[in-house]
Amino acid sequence: MRWCPGCDDYAILAQVQKTMPALGIPRENIVIVSGIGCSSRFPYYMATYGFHTIHGRAPAIATGLKIARPELSVWVVTGDGDGLSIGGNHLLHAMRRNVGLKILLFNNRVYGLTKGQFSPTSEVGKKTKSSPMGSIERPVNPVSFALAAEATFVARVAAVDQDLLGKILRRAAVHRGVAFVEILQNCPIFNDGTFDSLTDRRTKTDRTVLLEHGAPLIYGRQRDRGLALDGLDLRVTTATGDGATSRLLVHDEQAPSATLAFLLSRLEDPVAVGVFRAVESPTFEDGVLRQERSAAREGKQADLETLLYRGADTWKVE
Amino acid sequence: MSAIAARAEAGNTPEIDEVDQVVVRFAGDSGDGIQLAGTQFSTTAVVVGNDIATFPDYPAEIRAPAGSLPGVSGYQIHLSSHDIRTPGDSPNVLVAMNPAALKTNLPALERGGIVIVNSDAFTPLNLQKAGYADNPLSGEALSSYRVIAVPISTLNFKGLERVELPKKQLDRCKNFFALGLVYWMFDRPLEPTLRWIQAKFRNDDPVGEANAQALREGYHYGETIEAPSMRMRVGAATFPPGVYRNITGNGALALGLVAASALSGKPLFYGTYPITPASDILHDLSRRKEYGVRVFQAEDEIAAIGAAIGAAYGGALAVTGTSGPGLALKSEAIGLAVMTELPLVILDVQRAGPSTGMPTKTEQSDLLQAIYGRNGESPVAVLAAATPSDCFDTALEACRLALELMTPVILLSDAYLGNAAEPWKLPELSSLRPITISHPRAGNGFLPYARDPETMARPWAIPGTPQLEHRIGGLEKADGSGQVSYDPHNHEHMVAVRAERIARISQRIAPAFVYGAAAGDVLIVSWGGTKGAVFTAVDQLRKQGLSVAAMHLRHLNPLPGNVGEVLGRFRHVLVAELNRGQLLMLLRARYLVGATGLNKVQGLPFRVSEIVDAVRELLGRGRRHLRKEEKHGAHEDRGTGAGSDSALDARRLRFGPRSALVPGM
Repeated sequence: MRWCPGCDDYAILAQVQKTMPALGIPRENIVIVSGIGCSSRFPYYMATYGFHTIHGRAPAIATGLKIARPELSVWVVTGDGDGLSIGGNHLLHAMRRNVGLKILLFNNRVYGLTKGQFSPTSEVGKKTKSSPMGSIERPVNPVSFALAAEATFVARVAAVDQDLLGKILRRAAVHRGVAFVEILQNCPIFNDGTFDSLTDRRTKTDRTVLLEHGAPLIYGRQRDRGLALDGLDLRVTTATGDGATSRLLVHDEQAPSATLAFLLSRLEDPVAVGVFRAVESPTFEDGVLRQERSAAREGKQADLETLLYRGADTWKVE
Repeated sequence: MSAIAARAEAGNTPEIDEVDQVVVRFAGDSGDGIQLAGTQFSTTAVVVGNDIATFPDYPAEIRAPAGSLPGVSGYQIHLSSHDIRTPGDSPNVLVAMNPAALKTNLPALERGGIVIVNSDAFTPLNLQKAGYADNPLSGEALSSYRVIAVPISTLNFKGLERVELPKKQLDRCKNFFALGLVYWMFDRPLEPTLRWIQAKFRNDDPVGEANAQALREGYHYGETIEAPSMRMRVGAATFPPGVYRNITGNGALALGLVAASALSGKPLFYGTYPITPASDILHDLSRRKEYGVRVFQAEDEIAAIGAAIGAAYGGALAVTGTSGPGLALKSEAIGLAVMTELPLVILDVQRAGPSTGMPTKTEQSDLLQAIYGRNGESPVAVLAAATPSDCFDTALEACRLALELMTPVILLSDAYLGNAAEPWKLPELSSLRPITISHPRAGNGFLPYARDPETMARPWAIPGTPQLEHRIGGLEKADGSGQVSYDPHNHEHMVAVRAERIARISQRIAPAFVYGAAAGDVLIVSWGGTKGAVFTAVDQLRKQGLSVAAMHLRHLNPLPGNVGEVLGRFRHVLVAELNRGQLLMLLRARYLVGATGLNKVQGLPFRVSEIVDAVRELLGRGRRHLRKEEKHGAHEDRGTGAGSDSALDARRLRFGPRSALVPGM
C-alpha cells in the first residue's frame, strides 16, 4: 500500500501523524474510516483503528459507528471523487445531521486510482483521458457544498501549508459536531500543478486570502488589497487609504448564518483559505442519547419480560 | 359449499348457528379504514379465544382514486375453533363498502356465501367506475349469494347526528358501523374495540365518540333487521396452555431483534430506509428507546446498511431492514461485511418484483438474490421465517448466527407474513438461550483474522480496546494477519475459508423437518411464508388417502444436512414457491433430483386448493378437480381473468418443465 512518490498525501499524513498524538485522545479511541481512492488508503498508514470501506460510503459507515459509539473520535478520509461524486449523498446527510465526524476531503481535482479521469471538482475544459476535448462539466465547490449542507465547521487549506493544516486539524478535532476540511492536494501524476498558484511562495499571497476570525479580510504581498461587500456579492478593494477600515469586511466564522461564508467560498481570485465557519449546534449523537435518557427517565421497564409479556394485550390459556 | 352456506340456504336455523370456522373479508376503498376494521375484528377474535390467520391485501396508493377497481383494499380473516394455518381460500362472508370492492372480491366468495354491501355507495358514478353496466343489487347478478344490502352511509349519519363533527368526518366512521354489524353477526363483544378507541382518543375527542357510537349503531342495526339465520358463532379454539398475544410478522421481527439484544447484552442498532412492506419494523423499533435501541433512518438503502456495518464494527448488534429493491442496493455493502467478517443481520421483507413491482403484494422471488446476488464469491447465511410468530424465532436465530459466527445473515420474510397476524404463544423466558460473545482484550500478538478452530470465526476486536488497533477493509486479506494481500493462493484460500465458514453452519442447525408421511409418493418442499398453506394441503391430501409429506426449509443457505436424504425417500418432489422456481433450481443443481415446480407469481399467497390440485395432478388424479373448478369459476380469482382455456394455459405455465434428463434419486 503505497502512494506515488511526491504525492501531497504524504504531506497530509505527516501533519495528521504529528497532530493526533498531541490531541490527548488515546490512540485506541481514534478510528479512521475511508472510502475508495488514493486518499482512502490513509488508514493503512495510521496506527489507530481503521476501516477502508467501499466507494463513497465512508460517511455512512462512520455515522453508524459514531451513533453506536459516540465516545470515539471518528475521522473520515475521502477524496473529490469518493466524497462528492459517488458518495455525495452521504456526505450531504452526514453534514446536515451534524454527526460528530471529522471529514478530511483530499481534493486533487482528478481521479487518480483509476488513472486519470476528470472528477466532479475538475475545472471546465480540463483535458483528461475521459475528456480529451476538455471537460464540459461545471465543477462542484466542496466548501460551498459543505456550507449549503450547513456543516458546523468548514475549512479549506492546502496540503503543503503545514502550519495552517496543523491548526485546522486541531480545531476540527475539538469541534463538537461535524467538521469538514477541504485539503487542496497535488497529484504529481495526473494533475500536476493544479494548485501551484495557490501554494507557490511567489504567488500564494496574491492569490489567497487567509480567513481569520474577527480580522478584516486583507491579502496581497503588500497587504494592500481587501474584500468588501458589493450588493449581494464580494469585491476586491484597496486595503489602504481613506475609509478602508470601514469598507473592509471583517471575518466572522461564528455568524449564525452561513451566507458570508458562502460568498467567501465562491471566491476564485483570491481563493479563501482557513476556517469559513465554526458554530455550535446540537450534534446528532447528542440527540440520540438525549432521547434514550428521556425514554429511560419515563421509568419504562426494559427487560425481556416487559418486552414480550407486557407490551400488548395478552391472554392466558390454562 | 361450506357448512355456513349450506345452513344459510336451508333458511331454517336457530338464532345463532355454531360453526367451527369462518372466513370473512372486508373490502372497500383504500381510504375507507378497511385495514383498521379488519385488525379490530381479528383482535376481538383472539380475545374471545379463536385461532385466527389474517391476510391484509391493500394497494400501494395511500388514497387511490375513490371507487376505482385498483383502489380496493381488502382484509381477510380466518377464525376458527380449531388449529388453522392459513387465512382461508374463499371467504364465506364478504363486506363490500362499494361496487368496486364487490366486483373485485366477489369471484373469491364461496357460492351461497353472504355479501353485506353498503347500498348507499351503489351510485351511478360508482357503478360506472367499477365497470358495472347495471346495478348488481337489483338484477340477478348476485342470485347465488345471500345479499344483505344496508344503507350504511345513511344509517351512520343518522346514528351520529348528535355528534358535532363535519359531515365528511362522520362519514369516515362508516367502517365502524359495518364492523359493528359484523360483530352482531358473529355475536362478538364490542368491548375490545371500545377499549381501543378509548386508548386512542382523548375522552372529549368527538372523533373517538363518533367511532364508538358508529360501532354501537351498527351492532344495534343488526338486531333490527329481519334476516333469519344470519348469525353465527365460532367457539373458542383449544390452545396449548400458556400466555398468548396477537402478532404480525413485522411485529415479531422487531421483538425478536430486541430480544436478541437483551440475550446478547449488545445494544441493537437498526439502520434502515423507509420501504414497503418493511417500514413497520422501523416504526416498532423507533418506539423502543428504553431498550437502548438506536434506530437510524438513513438517507438511502446503502447508507442504512453502511451505518449498520459501522455499528457492527463498533460492537453493536447491527441490523438493516428492507425489501427487494433495497436488498439490490445493499449488495455491495453486504460484500464488505462478508470481506470484513462482521456480524450483520439483513432483513428482506420480500415483495413482488422486479423493479418497483407491486410494493404491497407478496412474493418469494428474492431467494437467489439473497444467496448469490453479489459480486465475487460472497457467501452469507440465509434464513426464512415461516409464519408471523416464527419471525420472532427466526430473528433470534439470525442474530445468534451473526454474532456467534461473525457473518452477515440474510433473513427473508415477505409482505404476506409481515402484515398477517396470528395468536402467538409466548416463549418461556427461561427457554431463551443467551447469545455468547467474547471480545478479545488488550494483548500482544493480536491477529485480526485469526480463527476459532471450530466455527472459523475471527475475533471481534472493537475500537476503544488498547493494543488491538488494526485496519480492516474490502481489500483481500491475508488469513491470520489481516494484512492486504494480492497473493493468488491466499485469495483462493480465503474464498474457500469464507465458503467453509457458511457451510459449517449446517452442523449447528436443526435437520429439515418433515411433516406427514416419512416416505412415499410426494414430498412437497417449501420455504418461507407458504408453510401454512402447504401443511394444510398435506393434511387434506392425507385425509384423501394419498401418501404425501412436506419438508419446510427455514435454512436456505446452507441447507440442513438431511435434505438430500429426505428428497430420496419420495417418488415425486414438488417444490412450491411464489416465484419461477428458484429453490427448485438450487435443489436440482445440488442434489440432481428430478423435482417439479409449483410456482405462482400473482402477488398473492398460495391457496390450499392450488397445492392440493398440483399434487393430485402430479399423481395423475387431477382431471376431476380441474373440471369442478371451472364450473365454479374459481379460475377467475386466479387472475387469469378469462375462460377455461386460458385457465388451463395458466395452469400449464405454473409448472416448471419436468426434467426427463435429470435422473431422480
